[in-house]
Amino acid sequence: MARETREARQPWLLLAPALTTIFFLLVVPVLFVVVYSFWLRTANGSDQPGFYMTNWAEVVTDPFYRDILFNTLKIAAVTTFLCALLGYPTAYFIARSRGNKAMLLMLLMLPFWISYIIRTMSWINILGVSGALNSLLLSLGVIETPLQLLYNEATVVLGLVHFLLPFMVLNIYVSVEGIDETLEDAACSLGSTRWQSFLEVTLPLSLPGLAAGGLLCFVLAAGTYITPLVLGGPTDAMFANLVFEAIITQLDWPLGSALSLVLVAVLGALVFIYNRFFGMAQLMKGLS
Amino acid sequence: MGWSIIRVWTVAVYLFMFLPVAVVVLLSFNDNQFGSFPITGFSFRWFIELWQNDAILRAFKTSIVLGALTALISTILGVLASLALVRYKIPGRNLISTLLIAPILVPEVVLAVALLLFLNFLSFHKSFLLLLLGHVIFTLPFVVLVVQARLVSIRRDYEEAAMSLGANPVQAFFQITLPLLAPAVFAGMLFAFTISFDDITGTLFWKPGGIETVPTQIFSMLRNSISPEINALGSIMIILTVGLPLIGVGIARRIAMKQH
Repeated sequence: MARETREARQPWLLLAPALTTIFFLLVVPVLFVVVYSFWLRTANGSDQPGFYMTNWAEVVTDPFYRDILFNTLKIAAVTTFLCALLGYPTAYFIARSRGNKAMLLMLLMLPFWISYIIRTMSWINILGVSGALNSLLLSLGVIETPLQLLYNEATVVLGLVHFLLPFMVLNIYVSVEGIDETLEDAACSLGSTRWQSFLEVTLPLSLPGLAAGGLLCFVLAAGTYITPLVLGGPTDAMFANLVFEAIITQLDWPLGSALSLVLVAVLGALVFIYNRFFGMAQLMKGLS
Repeated sequence: MGWSIIRVWTVAVYLFMFLPVAVVVLLSFNDNQFGSFPITGFSFRWFIELWQNDAILRAFKTSIVLGALTALISTILGVLASLALVRYKIPGRNLISTLLIAPILVPEVVLAVALLLFLNFLSFHKSFLLLLLGHVIFTLPFVVLVVQARLVSIRRDYEEAAMSLGANPVQAFFQITLPLLAPAVFAGMLFAFTISFDDITGTLFWKPGGIETVPTQIFSMLRNSISPEINALGSIMIILTVGLPLIGVGIARRIAMKQH
Protein backbone atom coordinates (compact mmCIF):
# COMPACT_ATOMS: atom_id res chain seq x y z
CA MET A 1 0.00 0.00 0.00
CA ALA A 2 2.72 2.41 1.02
CA ARG A 3 4.61 1.48 -2.12
CA GLU A 4 1.62 2.17 -4.30
CA THR A 5 1.06 5.67 -2.96
CA ARG A 6 4.73 6.36 -3.55
CA GLU A 7 4.34 5.15 -7.14
CA ALA A 8 1.36 7.42 -7.62
CA ARG A 9 3.23 10.39 -6.24
CA GLN A 10 6.30 9.93 -8.42
CA PRO A 11 5.06 11.49 -11.68
CA TRP A 12 3.88 14.55 -9.81
CA LEU A 13 7.29 14.96 -8.18
CA LEU A 14 8.84 14.82 -11.65
CA LEU A 15 6.34 17.30 -13.06
CA ALA A 16 6.42 19.67 -10.11
CA PRO A 17 9.45 21.78 -11.10
CA ALA A 18 8.27 22.39 -14.69
CA LEU A 19 4.62 22.94 -13.80
CA THR A 20 5.45 25.28 -10.91
CA THR A 21 7.68 27.31 -13.22
CA ILE A 22 5.01 27.55 -15.90
CA PHE A 23 2.30 28.33 -13.37
CA PHE A 24 4.12 31.17 -11.62
CA LEU A 25 5.98 32.56 -14.61
CA LEU A 26 3.29 32.21 -17.28
CA VAL A 27 -0.23 31.48 -16.05
CA VAL A 28 -0.27 33.85 -13.07
CA PRO A 29 1.53 36.66 -14.94
CA VAL A 30 -0.91 36.48 -17.87
CA LEU A 31 -3.86 36.65 -15.46
CA PHE A 32 -2.11 39.52 -13.72
CA VAL A 33 -1.98 41.39 -17.05
CA VAL A 34 -5.78 41.11 -17.22
CA VAL A 35 -6.01 42.74 -13.79
CA TYR A 36 -3.40 45.34 -14.68
CA SER A 37 -5.31 46.42 -17.78
CA PHE A 38 -8.03 47.84 -15.50
CA TRP A 39 -5.58 49.86 -13.45
CA LEU A 40 -4.90 53.50 -14.14
CA ARG A 41 -1.68 55.28 -14.87
CA THR A 42 -1.38 58.44 -12.77
CA ALA A 43 0.57 61.57 -13.51
CA ASN A 44 3.25 60.84 -10.89
CA GLY A 45 4.14 57.63 -12.68
CA SER A 46 2.76 55.08 -10.22
CA ASP A 47 -0.11 52.87 -11.34
CA GLN A 48 -3.38 53.13 -9.45
CA PRO A 49 -4.95 49.72 -8.71
CA GLY A 50 -8.70 49.61 -9.23
CA PHE A 51 -11.32 48.88 -11.83
CA TYR A 52 -11.12 51.58 -14.46
CA MET A 53 -12.37 51.16 -18.00
CA THR A 54 -10.16 54.00 -19.26
CA ASN A 55 -7.55 51.88 -21.08
CA TRP A 56 -10.09 49.61 -22.66
CA ALA A 57 -12.19 52.57 -23.79
CA GLU A 58 -9.10 54.08 -25.40
CA VAL A 59 -8.04 50.83 -27.10
CA VAL A 60 -11.52 50.06 -28.42
CA THR A 61 -12.54 53.53 -29.60
CA ASP A 62 -9.31 55.10 -30.86
CA PRO A 63 -9.23 54.55 -34.65
CA PHE A 64 -5.42 54.71 -34.48
CA TYR A 65 -5.24 51.35 -32.72
CA ARG A 66 -7.93 49.84 -34.94
CA ASP A 67 -6.14 50.87 -38.13
CA ILE A 68 -2.84 49.43 -36.95
CA LEU A 69 -4.56 46.20 -35.88
CA PHE A 70 -6.14 45.78 -39.32
CA ASN A 71 -2.88 46.66 -41.02
CA THR A 72 -1.05 44.10 -38.89
CA LEU A 73 -3.56 41.41 -39.81
CA LYS A 74 -3.21 42.39 -43.47
CA ILE A 75 0.59 42.16 -43.35
CA ALA A 76 0.37 38.79 -41.59
CA ALA A 77 -2.13 37.51 -44.18
CA VAL A 78 -0.02 38.64 -47.16
CA THR A 79 3.09 37.13 -45.55
CA THR A 80 1.30 33.81 -44.96
CA PHE A 81 -0.02 33.74 -48.52
CA LEU A 82 3.42 34.41 -50.00
CA CYS A 83 5.00 31.76 -47.76
CA ALA A 84 2.43 29.22 -48.96
CA LEU A 85 2.94 30.21 -52.60
CA LEU A 86 6.74 29.99 -52.38
CA GLY A 87 6.77 27.09 -49.95
CA TYR A 88 4.31 24.57 -51.38
CA PRO A 89 6.16 23.64 -54.59
CA THR A 90 9.42 23.57 -52.63
CA ALA A 91 8.03 21.23 -49.96
CA TYR A 92 6.49 19.06 -52.68
CA PHE A 93 9.81 18.87 -54.50
CA ILE A 94 11.70 17.85 -51.33
CA ALA A 95 9.10 15.21 -50.41
CA ARG A 96 9.09 13.67 -53.87
CA SER A 97 12.76 13.99 -54.79
CA ARG A 98 14.88 10.86 -54.77
CA GLY A 99 18.58 11.60 -54.60
CA ASN A 100 19.30 14.69 -52.57
CA LYS A 101 16.41 14.68 -50.09
CA ALA A 102 18.67 14.49 -47.01
CA MET A 103 20.73 17.46 -48.14
CA LEU A 104 17.68 19.54 -49.06
CA LEU A 105 16.18 18.85 -45.63
CA MET A 106 19.38 19.75 -43.82
CA LEU A 107 19.64 22.99 -45.76
CA LEU A 108 16.02 23.70 -44.88
CA MET A 109 16.83 23.40 -41.17
CA LEU A 110 19.81 25.74 -41.38
CA PRO A 111 17.85 29.03 -41.30
CA PHE A 112 16.39 27.99 -37.92
CA TRP A 113 19.93 28.09 -36.56
CA ILE A 114 20.90 31.40 -38.13
CA SER A 115 20.14 34.43 -36.00
CA TYR A 116 16.81 36.11 -36.73
CA ILE A 117 18.27 39.61 -36.35
CA ILE A 118 21.13 38.77 -38.75
CA ARG A 119 18.74 37.34 -41.34
CA THR A 120 16.53 40.40 -41.03
CA MET A 121 19.33 42.92 -41.30
CA SER A 122 20.92 41.01 -44.19
CA TRP A 123 18.36 42.65 -46.47
CA ILE A 124 19.94 46.04 -45.77
CA ASN A 125 23.04 44.69 -47.51
CA ILE A 126 20.91 43.75 -50.51
CA LEU A 127 18.46 46.63 -50.81
CA GLY A 128 20.22 49.49 -49.01
CA VAL A 129 21.41 52.65 -50.75
CA SER A 130 24.90 51.14 -51.08
CA GLY A 131 23.57 47.58 -51.21
CA ALA A 132 24.05 44.84 -53.77
CA LEU A 133 21.09 45.71 -55.97
CA ASN A 134 21.81 49.44 -56.20
CA SER A 135 25.52 48.80 -56.86
CA LEU A 136 24.62 46.40 -59.62
CA LEU A 137 22.13 48.77 -61.28
CA LEU A 138 24.56 51.70 -60.96
CA SER A 139 27.45 49.80 -62.50
CA LEU A 140 25.22 48.61 -65.35
CA GLY A 141 24.19 52.20 -65.95
CA VAL A 142 20.49 51.45 -65.51
CA ILE A 143 20.15 54.15 -62.85
CA GLU A 144 22.14 57.32 -62.11
CA THR A 145 21.36 57.72 -58.42
CA PRO A 146 20.69 54.94 -55.90
CA LEU A 147 17.05 53.97 -55.41
CA GLN A 148 15.43 54.14 -51.98
CA LEU A 149 14.17 50.56 -51.78
CA LEU A 150 14.17 50.00 -48.03
CA TYR A 151 12.04 51.06 -45.09
CA ASN A 152 8.51 50.52 -46.38
CA GLU A 153 5.73 48.02 -45.89
CA ALA A 154 6.94 45.84 -48.77
CA THR A 155 10.34 45.33 -47.17
CA VAL A 156 8.65 44.44 -43.86
CA VAL A 157 6.69 41.72 -45.69
CA LEU A 158 9.88 40.62 -47.46
CA GLY A 159 11.72 40.29 -44.14
CA LEU A 160 8.84 38.34 -42.60
CA VAL A 161 8.56 35.97 -45.56
CA HIS A 162 12.29 35.36 -45.40
CA PHE A 163 12.03 34.62 -41.67
CA LEU A 164 8.92 32.42 -41.78
CA LEU A 165 9.27 30.48 -45.05
CA PRO A 166 11.19 27.55 -43.44
CA PHE A 167 8.32 27.01 -40.96
CA MET A 168 5.86 26.76 -43.85
CA VAL A 169 8.01 24.48 -46.02
CA LEU A 170 8.70 22.14 -43.09
CA ASN A 171 5.03 21.78 -42.18
CA ILE A 172 3.90 21.14 -45.75
CA TYR A 173 6.78 18.71 -46.24
CA VAL A 174 5.73 16.64 -43.21
CA SER A 175 2.22 16.42 -44.65
CA VAL A 176 3.14 15.61 -48.28
CA GLU A 177 5.74 13.08 -47.12
CA GLY A 178 2.98 11.14 -45.38
CA ILE A 179 0.85 10.80 -48.53
CA ASP A 180 1.20 7.55 -50.42
CA GLU A 181 2.75 8.38 -53.79
CA THR A 182 0.86 5.61 -55.55
CA LEU A 183 -2.43 7.44 -54.88
CA GLU A 184 -1.46 9.99 -57.52
CA ASP A 185 -0.48 7.24 -59.93
CA ALA A 186 -3.79 5.52 -59.28
CA ALA A 187 -5.69 8.73 -60.09
CA CYS A 188 -3.68 9.07 -63.29
CA SER A 189 -4.31 5.52 -64.37
CA LEU A 190 -8.00 6.15 -63.90
CA GLY A 191 -7.79 8.90 -66.50
CA SER A 192 -7.01 12.15 -64.67
CA THR A 193 -4.09 14.32 -65.73
CA ARG A 194 -1.09 14.86 -63.40
CA TRP A 195 -2.42 18.30 -62.53
CA GLN A 196 -5.92 16.97 -61.81
CA SER A 197 -4.60 14.20 -59.61
CA PHE A 198 -2.55 16.76 -57.69
CA LEU A 199 -5.52 19.08 -57.25
CA GLU A 200 -7.96 16.37 -56.24
CA VAL A 201 -5.76 13.94 -54.31
CA THR A 202 -2.48 15.38 -53.02
CA LEU A 203 -3.54 18.95 -52.29
CA PRO A 204 -6.58 18.05 -50.13
CA LEU A 205 -4.56 15.41 -48.25
CA SER A 206 -1.78 17.93 -47.52
CA LEU A 207 -4.19 20.55 -46.23
CA PRO A 208 -3.45 19.86 -42.53
CA GLY A 209 0.24 20.65 -43.08
CA LEU A 210 -0.58 23.74 -45.08
CA ALA A 211 -2.91 24.92 -42.32
CA ALA A 212 -0.36 24.25 -39.58
CA GLY A 213 2.31 26.15 -41.49
CA GLY A 214 -0.16 28.93 -42.21
CA LEU A 215 -1.15 29.27 -38.56
CA LEU A 216 2.48 29.42 -37.43
CA CYS A 217 3.38 32.01 -40.08
CA PHE A 218 0.34 34.15 -39.33
CA VAL A 219 0.73 34.12 -35.55
CA LEU A 220 4.48 34.73 -35.64
CA ALA A 221 4.13 37.50 -38.24
CA ALA A 222 1.31 39.25 -36.38
CA GLY A 223 3.26 39.19 -33.11
CA THR A 224 6.53 40.68 -34.33
CA TYR A 225 7.87 44.15 -33.64
CA ILE A 226 11.53 43.73 -34.54
CA THR A 227 11.11 43.36 -38.32
CA PRO A 228 9.16 46.65 -38.70
CA LEU A 229 11.78 48.41 -36.55
CA VAL A 230 14.65 47.13 -38.71
CA LEU A 231 13.12 47.07 -42.21
CA GLY A 232 10.09 49.36 -41.92
CA GLY A 233 9.70 53.12 -42.12
CA PRO A 234 8.35 55.37 -39.34
CA THR A 235 4.73 54.72 -40.37
CA ASP A 236 5.03 50.94 -40.65
CA ALA A 237 4.45 50.11 -36.98
CA MET A 238 2.67 46.83 -36.33
CA PHE A 239 0.47 46.02 -33.35
CA ALA A 240 3.29 44.56 -31.23
CA ASN A 241 5.17 47.83 -31.76
CA LEU A 242 2.33 49.60 -29.96
CA VAL A 243 2.76 47.23 -27.03
CA PHE A 244 6.52 47.82 -26.99
CA GLU A 245 6.02 51.60 -27.20
CA ALA A 246 3.48 51.64 -24.36
CA ILE A 247 5.49 49.38 -22.04
CA ILE A 248 9.09 50.37 -22.70
CA THR A 249 8.99 53.91 -24.06
CA GLN A 250 5.94 55.55 -22.46
CA LEU A 251 5.95 53.31 -19.37
CA ASP A 252 2.13 53.26 -19.56
CA TRP A 253 1.80 49.70 -18.30
CA PRO A 254 -1.98 49.59 -17.88
CA LEU A 255 -2.45 50.64 -21.51
CA GLY A 256 0.26 48.23 -22.63
CA SER A 257 -1.57 45.45 -20.77
CA ALA A 258 -4.85 46.17 -22.56
CA LEU A 259 -3.05 46.27 -25.93
CA SER A 260 -1.31 42.94 -25.34
CA LEU A 261 -4.62 41.35 -24.41
CA VAL A 262 -6.10 42.50 -27.72
CA LEU A 263 -3.27 40.66 -29.46
CA VAL A 264 -3.89 37.53 -27.35
CA ALA A 265 -7.62 37.66 -28.09
CA VAL A 266 -7.22 38.01 -31.85
CA LEU A 267 -4.48 35.39 -32.23
CA GLY A 268 -6.07 33.13 -29.62
CA ALA A 269 -9.32 33.11 -31.60
CA LEU A 270 -7.35 31.97 -34.62
CA VAL A 271 -5.63 29.15 -32.70
CA PHE A 272 -9.03 28.14 -31.33
CA ILE A 273 -10.58 27.91 -34.82
CA TYR A 274 -7.57 25.97 -36.04
CA ASN A 275 -7.86 23.56 -33.12
CA ARG A 276 -11.52 22.91 -33.94
CA PHE A 277 -10.68 21.88 -37.51
CA PHE A 278 -7.27 20.22 -37.31
CA GLY A 279 -6.33 19.67 -33.65
CA MET A 280 -3.12 20.65 -31.93
CA ALA A 281 -1.35 17.36 -32.70
CA GLN A 282 -0.71 18.43 -36.30
CA LEU A 283 1.03 21.58 -35.11
CA MET A 284 3.32 19.57 -32.84
CA LYS A 285 4.28 17.32 -35.74
CA GLY A 286 5.88 20.19 -37.57
CA LEU A 287 7.53 21.61 -34.47
CA SER A 288 9.48 18.56 -33.44
CA MET B 1 7.63 19.43 -67.83
CA GLY B 2 5.83 20.31 -64.60
CA TRP B 3 8.54 18.64 -62.56
CA SER B 4 11.30 20.83 -64.05
CA ILE B 5 9.31 23.98 -63.21
CA ILE B 6 9.02 22.77 -59.62
CA ARG B 7 12.76 22.10 -59.58
CA VAL B 8 13.60 25.60 -60.79
CA TRP B 9 11.13 27.02 -58.27
CA THR B 10 12.83 25.11 -55.45
CA VAL B 11 16.28 26.32 -56.47
CA ALA B 12 14.95 29.90 -56.52
CA VAL B 13 13.43 29.51 -53.04
CA TYR B 14 16.70 28.14 -51.63
CA LEU B 15 18.58 31.04 -53.24
CA PHE B 16 16.11 33.45 -51.66
CA MET B 17 16.72 31.86 -48.26
CA PHE B 18 20.51 31.81 -48.43
CA LEU B 19 21.69 34.57 -50.76
CA PRO B 20 21.24 37.44 -48.27
CA VAL B 21 23.05 35.43 -45.59
CA ALA B 22 25.87 34.65 -48.01
CA VAL B 23 26.19 38.36 -48.78
CA VAL B 24 26.67 39.06 -45.05
CA VAL B 25 29.60 36.62 -44.96
CA LEU B 26 30.99 37.99 -48.23
CA LEU B 27 30.88 41.62 -47.08
CA SER B 28 32.47 40.82 -43.72
CA PHE B 29 35.71 39.99 -45.56
CA ASN B 30 35.51 43.04 -47.83
CA ASP B 31 38.40 45.48 -47.69
CA ASN B 32 36.26 48.48 -48.78
CA GLN B 33 36.46 51.21 -46.14
CA PHE B 34 32.66 51.42 -45.78
CA GLY B 35 32.32 47.67 -45.75
CA SER B 36 29.72 47.84 -48.50
CA PHE B 37 29.82 47.23 -52.24
CA PRO B 38 31.91 47.25 -54.37
CA ILE B 39 34.15 44.42 -53.19
CA THR B 40 37.67 45.83 -53.22
CA GLY B 41 39.70 43.01 -51.69
CA PHE B 42 39.99 40.40 -49.01
CA SER B 43 40.65 41.50 -45.46
CA PHE B 44 40.20 40.55 -41.83
CA ARG B 45 40.04 44.19 -40.71
CA TRP B 46 36.39 44.06 -39.57
CA PHE B 47 37.05 41.02 -37.44
CA ILE B 48 40.03 42.79 -35.85
CA GLU B 49 37.88 45.85 -35.14
CA LEU B 50 35.21 43.60 -33.73
CA TRP B 51 37.76 42.00 -31.42
CA GLN B 52 38.70 45.44 -30.13
CA ASN B 53 35.09 46.46 -29.50
CA ASP B 54 34.49 46.04 -25.75
CA ALA B 55 30.71 46.42 -25.96
CA ILE B 56 30.42 43.51 -28.37
CA LEU B 57 32.75 41.28 -26.37
CA ARG B 58 30.72 41.99 -23.23
CA ALA B 59 27.50 41.18 -25.10
CA PHE B 60 29.02 37.92 -26.27
CA LYS B 61 29.93 36.94 -22.74
CA THR B 62 26.44 37.79 -21.47
CA SER B 63 24.78 35.80 -24.25
CA ILE B 64 26.93 32.73 -23.66
CA VAL B 65 26.42 32.72 -19.88
CA LEU B 66 22.70 33.35 -20.31
CA GLY B 67 22.34 30.67 -22.97
CA ALA B 68 24.28 28.09 -20.96
CA LEU B 69 22.30 28.67 -17.75
CA THR B 70 19.02 28.67 -19.70
CA ALA B 71 19.94 25.40 -21.42
CA LEU B 72 20.92 23.77 -18.13
CA ILE B 73 17.77 24.75 -16.24
CA SER B 74 15.24 24.10 -18.97
CA THR B 75 16.82 20.76 -19.83
CA ILE B 76 16.55 19.58 -16.21
CA LEU B 77 12.93 20.76 -15.95
CA GLY B 78 12.08 19.39 -19.39
CA VAL B 79 13.63 15.94 -18.91
CA LEU B 80 11.88 15.41 -15.56
CA ALA B 81 8.52 16.49 -16.98
CA SER B 82 8.93 14.33 -20.09
CA LEU B 83 9.69 11.27 -17.93
CA ALA B 84 6.47 11.82 -16.02
CA LEU B 85 4.43 12.26 -19.20
CA VAL B 86 5.83 9.26 -21.06
CA ARG B 87 6.47 6.76 -18.26
CA TYR B 88 3.39 7.16 -16.07
CA LYS B 89 -0.36 7.12 -16.54
CA ILE B 90 -1.49 10.38 -15.05
CA PRO B 91 -4.91 11.99 -14.99
CA GLY B 92 -5.23 15.22 -16.99
CA ARG B 93 -2.37 14.31 -19.33
CA ASN B 94 -3.63 16.48 -22.19
CA LEU B 95 -4.06 19.52 -19.99
CA ILE B 96 -0.53 19.09 -18.62
CA SER B 97 0.94 18.68 -22.11
CA THR B 98 -0.85 21.81 -23.25
CA LEU B 99 0.43 23.73 -20.22
CA LEU B 100 3.98 22.62 -20.92
CA ILE B 101 3.88 23.88 -24.49
CA ALA B 102 1.79 26.96 -23.63
CA PRO B 103 4.83 29.28 -23.87
CA ILE B 104 4.91 28.63 -27.65
CA LEU B 105 1.19 29.26 -28.01
CA VAL B 106 1.19 32.67 -26.31
CA PRO B 107 2.72 35.41 -28.51
CA GLU B 108 6.19 36.14 -27.18
CA VAL B 109 5.49 39.86 -26.79
CA VAL B 110 2.62 39.08 -24.43
CA LEU B 111 4.73 36.58 -22.48
CA ALA B 112 7.38 39.29 -22.15
CA VAL B 113 4.90 41.90 -20.92
CA ALA B 114 3.27 39.49 -18.47
CA LEU B 115 6.51 38.36 -16.85
CA LEU B 116 7.89 41.90 -16.64
CA LEU B 117 4.75 43.34 -15.03
CA PHE B 118 4.15 40.49 -12.60
CA LEU B 119 7.71 40.25 -11.31
CA ASN B 120 7.91 44.03 -11.07
CA PHE B 121 4.75 43.91 -8.95
CA LEU B 122 6.60 41.55 -6.62
CA SER B 123 9.35 44.24 -6.51
CA PHE B 124 11.55 42.09 -8.68
CA HIS B 125 12.96 44.52 -11.20
CA LYS B 126 14.64 44.18 -14.57
CA SER B 127 17.77 42.15 -14.01
CA PHE B 128 19.85 39.30 -15.34
CA LEU B 129 17.72 36.95 -13.26
CA LEU B 130 14.52 38.17 -14.93
CA LEU B 131 16.20 37.62 -18.29
CA LEU B 132 17.13 34.08 -17.24
CA LEU B 133 13.63 33.21 -15.98
CA GLY B 134 12.12 34.53 -19.20
CA HIS B 135 14.49 32.51 -21.38
CA VAL B 136 13.82 29.34 -19.35
CA ILE B 137 10.07 29.74 -19.85
CA PHE B 138 10.12 30.01 -23.61
CA THR B 139 12.80 27.37 -24.25
CA LEU B 140 11.16 24.76 -21.99
CA PRO B 141 8.51 23.61 -24.54
CA PHE B 142 11.16 22.85 -27.16
CA VAL B 143 13.15 20.69 -24.72
CA VAL B 144 9.97 18.85 -23.72
CA LEU B 145 9.04 18.19 -27.37
CA VAL B 146 12.49 16.91 -28.33
CA VAL B 147 13.01 14.73 -25.23
CA GLN B 148 9.47 13.34 -25.26
CA ALA B 149 9.76 12.29 -28.91
CA ARG B 150 12.90 10.29 -28.10
CA LEU B 151 11.65 8.87 -24.80
CA VAL B 152 8.63 7.30 -26.49
CA SER B 153 10.98 5.18 -28.59
CA ILE B 154 13.03 3.87 -25.64
CA ARG B 155 11.40 0.65 -24.49
CA ARG B 156 10.38 0.36 -20.91
CA ASP B 157 11.61 -3.25 -20.79
CA TYR B 158 15.20 -2.13 -20.31
CA GLU B 159 14.40 -0.28 -17.09
CA GLU B 160 12.23 -3.13 -15.88
CA ALA B 161 14.99 -5.62 -16.59
CA ALA B 162 17.44 -3.51 -14.59
CA MET B 163 15.01 -3.24 -11.71
CA SER B 164 14.25 -6.94 -11.70
CA LEU B 165 18.01 -7.47 -11.37
CA GLY B 166 17.98 -5.35 -8.24
CA ALA B 167 18.46 -1.75 -9.36
CA ASN B 168 16.24 0.86 -7.71
CA PRO B 169 14.33 3.30 -9.96
CA VAL B 170 16.95 6.05 -9.52
CA GLN B 171 19.77 3.66 -10.45
CA ALA B 172 17.75 2.39 -13.40
CA PHE B 173 17.27 5.96 -14.59
CA PHE B 174 20.90 7.01 -14.33
CA GLN B 175 22.41 3.77 -15.65
CA ILE B 176 19.89 2.74 -18.29
CA THR B 177 17.48 5.46 -19.35
CA LEU B 178 19.74 8.50 -19.21
CA PRO B 179 22.50 7.03 -21.42
CA LEU B 180 19.87 5.98 -23.96
CA LEU B 181 18.29 9.40 -23.75
CA ALA B 182 21.62 11.27 -23.95
CA PRO B 183 21.37 12.29 -27.63
CA ALA B 184 17.93 13.83 -27.04
CA VAL B 185 19.03 15.55 -23.84
CA PHE B 186 22.00 16.95 -25.70
CA ALA B 187 19.85 18.04 -28.64
CA GLY B 188 17.34 19.69 -26.28
CA MET B 189 20.14 21.53 -24.50
CA LEU B 190 21.61 22.76 -27.75
CA PHE B 191 18.17 23.80 -28.94
CA ALA B 192 17.54 25.75 -25.73
CA PHE B 193 20.96 27.39 -25.94
CA THR B 194 20.46 28.49 -29.54
CA ILE B 195 16.96 29.83 -28.97
CA SER B 196 18.16 31.77 -25.93
CA PHE B 197 21.27 33.03 -27.73
CA ASP B 198 19.14 34.23 -30.64
CA ASP B 199 16.26 35.80 -28.75
CA ILE B 200 15.56 39.50 -29.06
CA THR B 201 11.76 39.85 -28.75
CA GLY B 202 11.57 39.02 -25.04
CA THR B 203 15.09 40.14 -24.23
CA LEU B 204 14.41 43.78 -25.16
CA PHE B 205 11.60 43.83 -22.58
CA TRP B 206 13.51 42.15 -19.78
CA LYS B 207 17.09 43.37 -20.03
CA PRO B 208 18.15 46.02 -17.56
CA GLY B 209 19.90 49.11 -18.90
CA GLY B 210 23.60 48.47 -19.41
CA ILE B 211 23.24 44.74 -20.13
CA GLU B 212 23.23 43.78 -23.78
CA THR B 213 23.07 40.37 -25.42
CA VAL B 214 24.49 39.84 -28.91
CA PRO B 215 21.14 40.34 -30.71
CA THR B 216 20.22 43.47 -28.73
CA GLN B 217 23.73 44.83 -29.30
CA ILE B 218 23.35 44.28 -33.06
CA PHE B 219 19.92 45.88 -32.89
CA SER B 220 21.19 49.02 -31.19
CA MET B 221 24.11 49.22 -33.64
CA LEU B 222 21.62 48.99 -36.54
CA ARG B 223 19.77 52.01 -35.24
CA ASN B 224 22.83 54.19 -35.71
CA SER B 225 23.82 52.92 -39.12
CA ILE B 226 24.82 49.62 -40.59
CA SER B 227 28.49 49.32 -39.82
CA PRO B 228 30.70 46.68 -41.42
CA GLU B 229 31.42 45.30 -37.96
CA ILE B 230 27.85 44.01 -37.86
CA ASN B 231 28.54 41.91 -40.93
CA ALA B 232 31.65 40.51 -39.26
CA LEU B 233 29.66 39.75 -36.11
CA GLY B 234 26.96 38.20 -38.29
CA SER B 235 29.55 36.01 -39.99
CA ILE B 236 30.86 34.76 -36.67
CA MET B 237 27.32 34.03 -35.46
CA ILE B 238 26.45 32.20 -38.66
CA ILE B 239 29.59 30.08 -38.43
CA LEU B 240 28.94 29.46 -34.72
CA THR B 241 25.23 28.66 -34.94
CA VAL B 242 25.57 26.56 -38.07
CA GLY B 243 28.75 24.86 -36.88
CA LEU B 244 27.59 24.03 -33.32
CA PRO B 245 24.55 21.96 -34.33
CA LEU B 246 26.60 20.12 -36.94
CA ILE B 247 29.18 19.25 -34.26
CA GLY B 248 26.30 18.35 -31.97
CA VAL B 249 24.80 15.98 -34.52
CA GLY B 250 28.23 14.42 -34.96
CA ILE B 251 28.70 13.86 -31.22
CA ALA B 252 25.16 12.53 -30.80
CA ARG B 253 25.80 10.09 -33.62
CA ARG B 254 29.07 8.93 -32.08
CA ILE B 255 27.39 8.38 -28.70
CA ALA B 256 24.60 6.47 -30.40
CA MET B 257 27.12 4.35 -32.30
CA LYS B 258 29.06 3.43 -29.14
CA GLN B 259 25.90 2.07 -27.63
CA HIS B 260 25.34 -0.43 -30.40
